[in-house]
Amino acid sequence: MLDQSYYTKADEIIAHYGRRASSLIPIMQEIQEAYRYLPGELLTYVAKEIGVTEAKAYSVATFYENFSFEPKGKYIIKVCDGTACHVRKSIPILEALQKELGLSKKKHTTDDMMFTVETVSCLGACGLAPTMTVNNEVHPSMTPEKALELIAELRGDNV
Amino acid sequence: MTIENRDDLLKQREIAQKEIDSYTCRILVCAGTGCVASGSEKIYQKMLELCRDMPGVSVQFEGHVPHIGTVKTGCQGVCELGPLVRIEPYHYQYVKVQESDCAEIFQKTVLNQQPVERLFYRKNGESYATPEEIPFIARQTRIVLENCGKFDAESLDEYIASGGYDALSKALFDMTPQQVLDEVDESKLRGRGGGGFPAGRKWKQVAAHTDVAEHYVVCNGDEGDPGAFMDGSVMEGDPYRLIEGMTIAAYATGAQNGYIYVRAEYPLSVARLRHAIRQAEDKGLLGDHILGTDFSFHMHINRGAGAFVCGEGSALTASIEGDRGMPRVKPPRTVDQGLWAKPTVLNNVETFANVPGIILKGASWFKTIGTEGSPGTKTFSITGAIENTGLIEVPMGTTLREIIYDIGGGIKGGGDFKAIQIGGPSGGCLTKEHLDVGLDFDSVKKYNAIMGSGGLVVMDENTCMVEVARFFMSFTQRESCGKCVPCREGTKRMLEILERIVNGEGQLEDLDTLEELASMVKNMALCGLGKSAPLTVISTLKTFRKEYQEHILEHKCAAKSCTAMRKYVINPEFCKGCGKCAKNCPAGAITGVRREAYRIDPSICFKCDACRENCAFDAVYVEY
Repeated sequence: MLDQSYYTKADEIIAHYGRRASSLIPIMQEIQEAYRYLPGELLTYVAKEIGVTEAKAYSVATFYENFSFEPKGKYIIKVCDGTACHVRKSIPILEALQKELGLSKKKHTTDDMMFTVETVSCLGACGLAPTMTVNNEVHPSMTPEKALELIAELRGDNV
Repeated sequence: MTIENRDDLLKQREIAQKEIDSYTCRILVCAGTGCVASGSEKIYQKMLELCRDMPGVSVQFEGHVPHIGTVKTGCQGVCELGPLVRIEPYHYQYVKVQESDCAEIFQKTVLNQQPVERLFYRKNGESYATPEEIPFIARQTRIVLENCGKFDAESLDEYIASGGYDALSKALFDMTPQQVLDEVDESKLRGRGGGGFPAGRKWKQVAAHTDVAEHYVVCNGDEGDPGAFMDGSVMEGDPYRLIEGMTIAAYATGAQNGYIYVRAEYPLSVARLRHAIRQAEDKGLLGDHILGTDFSFHMHINRGAGAFVCGEGSALTASIEGDRGMPRVKPPRTVDQGLWAKPTVLNNVETFANVPGIILKGASWFKTIGTEGSPGTKTFSITGAIENTGLIEVPMGTTLREIIYDIGGGIKGGGDFKAIQIGGPSGGCLTKEHLDVGLDFDSVKKYNAIMGSGGLVVMDENTCMVEVARFFMSFTQRESCGKCVPCREGTKRMLEILERIVNGEGQLEDLDTLEELASMVKNMALCGLGKSAPLTVISTLKTFRKEYQEHILEHKCAAKSCTAMRKYVINPEFCKGCGKCAKNCPAGAITGVRREAYRIDPSICFKCDACRENCAFDAVYVEY
């Protein structure tokens, strides 16, 4: 069971966007921004509140890549693998991060819920390739070494 | 104060202009995504702080005190040189500015009007003081990007001062909706999103539905092509131009509501547009009774959620409605039954951004730029193996040679040009023989490529074309929405074949199967994205067939890029026989006797690079 506060938050968000089918995506986006993931129970609740079937809500949530039913880490790192970044060697950066954090293609989040590592198809900062973002802050001209330094720095934040 | 008629607009312009003129010195810090990533936010804060600390210098507006304004501007285009700072009225352009440079800029330029020469852009021993002198900018024609980098992207006043909203007031007070439609039609403006459909014709079809009360104007800002960021730059750098263009479209086609669909990866665009919409509403330039007339138009923003296919029209409207973003069979077309099954104008950002200029200066002016079939300019983002990456705008019909060599500064590191990928993952490749072809919608199509939204990725001899085809196919395969079989299954099978070839397990027959599948997907897929998904394979197979064959027959990758084609060898002359490589080899592929040269068995080696990385004597090398 989710804490009652989740439902209170959901109610606020629903009230802001209105009880309409077309509000489904913005509501899910806000919930995900608040909790860094989309709790399944909460989605069921939202569906009922705005009058769409649970099946429909899940079909939409699973269609879009941005929605995750799995909790994500405190720092969400997105390594850009768009064309420009790919050509300028973004994959070694991804591999270095995965190796350092013990992650893989299937495992995206560290057990201590600190880091989530994903790829993204283009961040629109191609002039500074290869790039990656940490919680939406863009880091330009990355190298595997710079990425690892950044991880060390972020870890230091939490000591 | 709301602007309720034409006179109010002129008055507002005067006030705004006065405010701008009251600055003795304006510091413009680029706030585009690229420069922000390079740290321009810190520069902005630092300059603000410096200007604040000086006695006698104020950032407030009081006539007798010298004013120094610091504003955040939109993308100035030369992303690699960021963070960019420009100082007006001296017009000095500084590149790669660091926080530590701020004090010197302040001392020399702001206080003493002297340039800081070491921060000028330098190329081949020459240094360039002003942006117009830099070849990258000097050779462009800027219409859509006219304001980007010139002033504060968030300020409605500055937009108005620069002539903003003149086009809307001309449309509302001097023209009927029909005249606006005719003007746009006459200008031959074609949709910049890729297809190149005439915008005027589209608008007229929507306006013709007089029997339906509700019409919509939708802007496609779901710039999903990797390697493309033109639309993002316009939304960030000149949001009011986009809003004005959409408002004119709404007036012409009788729409009451507009939606901008922005991709999730552009948080800055969303923030700027939200701010701009609020500002415009406050001034009465959006909402009910615009400029005091009977015309009302409301604007909304929808954020994408990470689905590339939503760049397709019917998928995009489905997503706004709260559904899975899947394309549907057409007809009915969007102009007849688009958003909520109502007649809908759907254009991309750049198309709408062209509209104010056309209305203000007329169709005949627009047609003097570009080619006969495709008038106007086109924005491109050039990236990849090129000296100057960034955002450019050139007249339609400009050749690749001019774009790559004159504007882009040539291939990075002086290498050889091999190919250019145009039109995103579903575009095609143009090569040396196309260097002198003028780029417009029609010419590009002839060579199995599409204009797409305008991403240009330059490749040199270090890029393997088979790997490029595999990369794009893996992108389109992953982003296939799965609705129609040709795209869902076809791209999957094509990707499997390409992966086999890249891994050195391809057969010659595979090439025929690839071609067959490609033509099947191209002809049978449901939507435009599916139809163009195999274009990269088709164009690379045609032009670079030899590379495919080398991968298959000789296990050779001329670009030295495919890992599977590598062969690890130990040079017996350098090898001291220490055995470190054998100890580190996870596959057990290295054998030998101590103090004698070791050997790698290529049939066991899986090319992990551990031996080469660990050799203290550089005895391990890679053969291609």
